[in-house]
Amino acid sequence: MTTSIKKLPDIEQVLSGNGACGGCPATMALRIVGKALGPNAIMLLTPACSVASMGMTPKLGYNWPCINICFATAGSSASGITHAIEIMKEKGRLQGDLPTVFSWAGDGGTYDIGFQALSAAAERNDNFIHFCYNNEAYSNTGVQRSGATPRGSYTTTTPTGKRHPKKNMALLMLEHNIPYVATATVAYPGDLYDKVVKAKNTPGMKYIEILSPCYLGWQFDMPETVQMSRMAVKSGAWLLWEAENGKITFNNPSSQIISGKKEPAPVDEYLMKQGRFSRLLKGPDAESRIAEIQGDINREIAFMRERAKITY
Amino acid sequence: MKSVTKEHRPISWPTKGSGGDTGSWRTHRPVVDIKKCTKCQFCWVYCPEAVIEREEITIDYQYCKGCGVCALECPVGAISMEKEE
Amino acid sequence: MKSPQIIMETGAHAAALAVKSARVDVVPGYPITPQTSIMEAIAAMVENGEMNARFIPVEGEHSAMAAAVAASAAGARVFTATSANGLLYMHEVLHMASGGRLPVVMCNVNRGIFAPWTLWADHQDSFAQRDTGWIQYHCSSNQEVFNTILQAFRVAEQINVPVMVNFDGFAISHCLMPLAIPPQEDIDRFLPLHEPEWRLDPTHPSSFSNVTNAAEYAPFRRMLSDDILASIALTKKAAQEYQEITGMWDGDTIDTYRLEDAEVVAFAINSMAAELKLSVDILREQGIKAGLLRPRLYLPFPAEDIISVLPQNAQVMVLDRNYNFGHQGGILASELKSALHGRRNDITVKNRVMGIGGIDLTRRFMAAEIRAMMDE
Repeated sequence: MTTSIKKLPDIEQVLSGNGACGGCPATMALRIVGKALGPNAIMLLTPACSVASMGMTPKLGYNWPCINICFATAGSSASGITHAIEIMKEKGRLQGDLPTVFSWAGDGGTYDIGFQALSAAAERNDNFIHFCYNNEAYSNTGVQRSGATPRGSYTTTTPTGKRHPKKNMALLMLEHNIPYVATATVAYPGDLYDKVVKAKNTPGMKYIEILSPCYLGWQFDMPETVQMSRMAVKSGAWLLWEAENGKITFNNPSSQIISGKKEPAPVDEYLMKQGRFSRLLKGPDAESRIAEIQGDINREIAFMRERAKITY
Repeated sequence: MKSVTKEHRPISWPTKGSGGDTGSWRTHRPVVDIKKCTKCQFCWVYCPEAVIEREEITIDYQYCKGCGVCALECPVGAISMEKEE
Repeated sequence: MKSPQIIMETGAHAAALAVKSARVDVVPGYPITPQTSIMEAIAAMVENGEMNARFIPVEGEHSAMAAAVAASAAGARVFTATSANGLLYMHEVLHMASGGRLPVVMCNVNRGIFAPWTLWADHQDSFAQRDTGWIQYHCSSNQEVFNTILQAFRVAEQINVPVMVNFDGFAISHCLMPLAIPPQEDIDRFLPLHEPEWRLDPTHPSSFSNVTNAAEYAPFRRMLSDDILASIALTKKAAQEYQEITGMWDGDTIDTYRLEDAEVVAFAINSMAAELKLSVDILREQGIKAGLLRPRLYLPFPAEDIISVLPQNAQVMVLDRNYNFGHQGGILASELKSALHGRRNDITVKNRVMGIGGIDLTRRFMAAEIRAMMDE
């Protein structure tokens, strides 16, 4: 059973009054991550919104030891820290339980510039959690397209809408044979919490991707962060799943969509709520563009349904 | 030669208000009607800023940015967004 | 007192043995010719238990330096090594090491830069990293490589600035020479355990390199610049104390040969400077009062020490194994002229570029070059 909201721990690792935008999904998610990891952890940040949010020297908005690192290096930097603390513990220079090492990167630092080092860390199965808070664009630099931007979305570098679908990063990480991979989103905090707890208690490399609807990048109203997250899941545009030692399980409500018990909500409503799509869905080609986006979603649902059947 | 200390490194320390008194960003303030509240804690869990106390549902207005997520997620409409003076 | 163990080793293996002797904790590594044999030797020593450390086989040099700086921030003693394009690929992260005041030590085995490909030594690679805020040593023998790595850790950890130990590909990295390994207890006395005053520590959470305002950024940069200059005193002290403990001496910021009465001074670094001692002997036999001045430190540039040892009215022949593109000649000559300007107007500086891409620099060739330069 998913942990209920009332059972989530009190501990707050994200401190009030940080530099994040109002309604920020990244800090929303990081609060839940903090409840699952607790204070005994080391955080790595690649350039992203959460670096802008964390406060300027000498103030820090997160209650962990944190290190800002070069953009391409989430995987390799986390490996460096995890090996350092393990050998220092072996040599008797560190006391107590080993901290959890986790990198906190956006979709740019994960799908694009961070991909090579992340892939290598996964192949080595180094002991840390990589979180991708995915807002489907380079939001911190003013919303440019990334490998996570879905087809049809406006960004400042895809002014007429992105021509290509996003890639399935979580599945790519799974194909590295790492022990734990999960997807989550801010509307389902208990689901996210449970997944982080599992990752924390699993040795080796873990990957958790959190869909993070950004009102500035996606162009919806600031209070609607959680609603957009929920609509993404209900339309099947975002699937909640986890894979323990390679075995994929879908989580509610995505499991009902995958099993066919529930039809995904038509994507139109989800798209028209977001200026990044709706501004381009006005002309005579609107119908075919929506069909194209719906086609991408249907393909992913069908593919993941079949992929989950492969076990070993 | 000066002795090298941690001041030679760009180090920061955890503190509330790392972005300043972010309550000043608000255009609207969330106001809780505690009589309607069912203590479901949705507002607490979804608050990006950790400014809502989960038992008494009090809000730290020094840092609340007024995003309105709590008001929209409240299932019983116990939180309203009121225009700041 | 135990005496040192004398073995025959290559420069690359001398480096690996120094890393073991320094009790390094973490070594991220990636292969590139001619550095590869350092990483192979370390990986083997970690695997067979001779060295109590973690070897991280990363997927590229950018990641090697990233893992190194992160491990250093976690409080570990860290080493890595590279060459040529690998060093250039690290460039961004080199700045993070220095700006973040992380005492990483790295060997760069000098090799010419692509394009076109060359495998052999010149000094374009390390000189191209001049402005990254790393202290740079350049070594002329296998023994000096070993000794300098230990001195480098000591200086780096005293002042929290990363140090690069450079030596030539093949001429040093792959050539066997006698190597004296001092007893481990002597090395431990010279280089105590690394106890950083700051590290990533969940019991005292703090954050590394958040965004800064200009008013905060500028003082960090000034302190880095000041401390790199201040490291000159520490490099001298490290060389002296290393000599007191081990009896070995390679020079401190500089090394000299037959310099006191020299009228013609050869000025060069790395393996060619070792060969130049023989060129000096040849010139002396020909009746020319020749000598050698070899900077061990390239950065910080040991200007005061050079100024104080150059004989009156000397002609200094700078032999550069690199190009200073956009200027006549090489980079070392520019550095020297800049140091002498307004301080030693009695000195004449002449410059030739040679040995690019590993062209062999023999004692006779360099003696002849110096003779020819005298007539220019």
